Amino acid sequence: MEPGTLSTFLKRGAIWGFIVVELLFFSIAGEYLSLSNKAFMDLDNMLLLFKQSAPIGIIAIGMTIIMVNGNIDLSVGATFALSAIVLLNSMTWPVFAGLGDGVIPIAWALALVTGILLGALNGLIVWKTGVDAFIVTLGSMLGYRGLVFMYNGEQPTSHLNWTLVDFAEAQFMGLHTATWFLLVVTAVIWFVMNRTVHGRNAYAIGDNRTAAINAGIRVGPHMMINFMIIGFLASLSAVVFYSESGSVNPNDGELYELWVITAVVLGGTKLTGGAGSVLSTLGGVLAIQLLRKGLGHIGADTETVNLVIGLILIAVLFLDRQLNLKGREALRI
Amino acid sequence: MRPFNLSGIGGFLAKQGILVAFALFIIGFTIANERFLAPDNIMGVVRSSAILGVMALGVTFVVISGNLDLSVGSMMSFATIVVLDLHDQIGPALAIPSMYAMVLCLGAFIGFLVGYLKLNSLIVTLGMLSAIHGLTLTYSGGKNMDIADKEGTWFSMFGQSDALGIPIPILLFALVASVLGIVLAKTPFGRKVYAVGGNGTAATFSGIQRARVVFTCYLMSAFCVATAGLIQASRSLGSQNTVGQGLELEVLAAVILGGASLLGGSGTIFKTVIGVLILGFIQNGLLLVGLQFYVQYVVTWIIIILAVWLDVAAKRGKLWSPIA
Repeated sequence: MEPGTLSTFLKRGAIWGFIVVELLFFSIAGEYLSLSNKAFMDLDNMLLLFKQSAPIGIIAIGMTIIMVNGNIDLSVGATFALSAIVLLNSMTWPVFAGLGDGVIPIAWALALVTGILLGALNGLIVWKTGVDAFIVTLGSMLGYRGLVFMYNGEQPTSHLNWTLVDFAEAQFMGLHTATWFLLVVTAVIWFVMNRTVHGRNAYAIGDNRTAAINAGIRVGPHMMINFMIIGFLASLSAVVFYSESGSVNPNDGELYELWVITAVVLGGTKLTGGAGSVLSTLGGVLAIQLLRKGLGHIGADTETVNLVIGLILIAVLFLDRQLNLKGREALRI
Repeated sequence: MRPFNLSGIGGFLAKQGILVAFALFIIGFTIANERFLAPDNIMGVVRSSAILGVMALGVTFVVISGNLDLSVGSMMSFATIVVLDLHDQIGPALAIPSMYAMVLCLGAFIGFLVGYLKLNSLIVTLGMLSAIHGLTLTYSGGKNMDIADKEGTWFSMFGQSDALGIPIPILLFALVASVLGIVLAKTPFGRKVYAVGGNGTAATFSGIQRARVVFTCYLMSAFCVATAGLIQASRSLGSQNTVGQGLELEVLAAVILGGASLLGGSGTIFKTVIGVLILGFIQNGLLLVGLQFYVQYVVTWIIIILAVWLDVAAKRGKLWSPIA
């Protein structure tokens, strides 16, 4: 075996290995500790797990490409809420009154366009002012949240459309609608990042921005496109989720950015850019959701979930660094 | 493109833009509502900014040393819940030092991870945000915490009393700000903080123990958070588990507004205090002219971006970014 292969393998496969360990642990521990007599790896339970992972998961896929590019987006939670409001509110506009269920695609399109525009605004500011994405999106996290409140005050926005609810609750080939969205998004973004010029340039920019500029890559447009993609995905996540629930509070989606970043980092994407994989992020999302469900299954307090996830995040960071150090030492010899 | 003139009006605006903006806001709000500059209104604003302000002072140290602290919000919740719980169990005189000790332990843990193990501070404190939130919920069992005898305790003095006509929270804020301001500007340690944040490698080569400086910065941040928790607990004498949730980003906004660079090496305590006051006065001014509280979010957004943009533009000498 070549030197470094083992550590590369460990790093790539770590998140899936972690998922297997989680499954085994919760299955075995569940036998003794669980109050329910259903097995943890029950098929329905696992299908539900995928469905519940979807809202955070869809955004996390977008966050991966932002972080690969060397940026970060803290405004996704607010974008999520604003798109949800546009989705639910636009269905009640008098303009569309005569359309019946024909209003659904229009409302979806309006919500998705909202997300793309908010993302584009972030991207444009990062591109043109040269201010760090962390600060730009920290600001717009507040700003977009303000827009959410301005739209409807502190009141929740509600509208139930039963056709839409049926669609969101449907199961196709055993998987829920939300799961399909998560899988399709993962596949499409995987394709974009691995098989297109844009994806390759995004990795190059994140890895070494100066080198990318010298190689003639236009950094700005690529960053802006990525911000538009994450805006689109944040609103897609809202569209999928609120089609079913039908009611949005003005502070929905708060702290989503932190959960999303946790999932992405757990999947092994570097904050410094240039490295990361969409599939590993999917693994990170599933691992967190498994942990939540599993701890609930063995009767642990829901409070401990936060504690465990936080400590695991730090442990992963530590292990990752140790593995990287090993690789570097081997190189030196 | 025309070069950005650092000596002209534009340069002055870029360098002192935050003070100019502050002055313009105060003039504007005073014209809109004459009560804005009334002493009791000013006192009220500073008083309600004190909690955010004290936290921002500690985070300033962390940011100047080139790191981030996203855990201050959950740590403040933890401090509040712990001191309220211990107040009824062992009395206020013992509860306060115990709470400080526990929060300082958390700060030391973060400082150890970031300083000595050299882990990325954003992810460590993100993890600690979640972990400390879990710790708080486990500690309180998910319930709200209340002091049994709210009338008969002297504990309320930190948040509710006045001394010499000035509310105690303001005095605490001023005290912590002056002490930390002197530490940062006038002591060898303060200079080391700037050195570590400005160029960590150079600092190491000049014999500064980088890890120890970073560790101490997180300890100071934890101390400030504990003080903020004390004021919060004493003001309300009861609290939810999520009292500090989301404050970490507001604190960071205030520090950035004060002109500290996230790359480290720049920023001062005085400017952070200005940043905190700007946030407080904008919020208050918008309310006084009859706008809803959430308008301040949008205004804050615009101000943060403009402030940092001008700062960056002044440093590179060009208004627009050179990114192709």
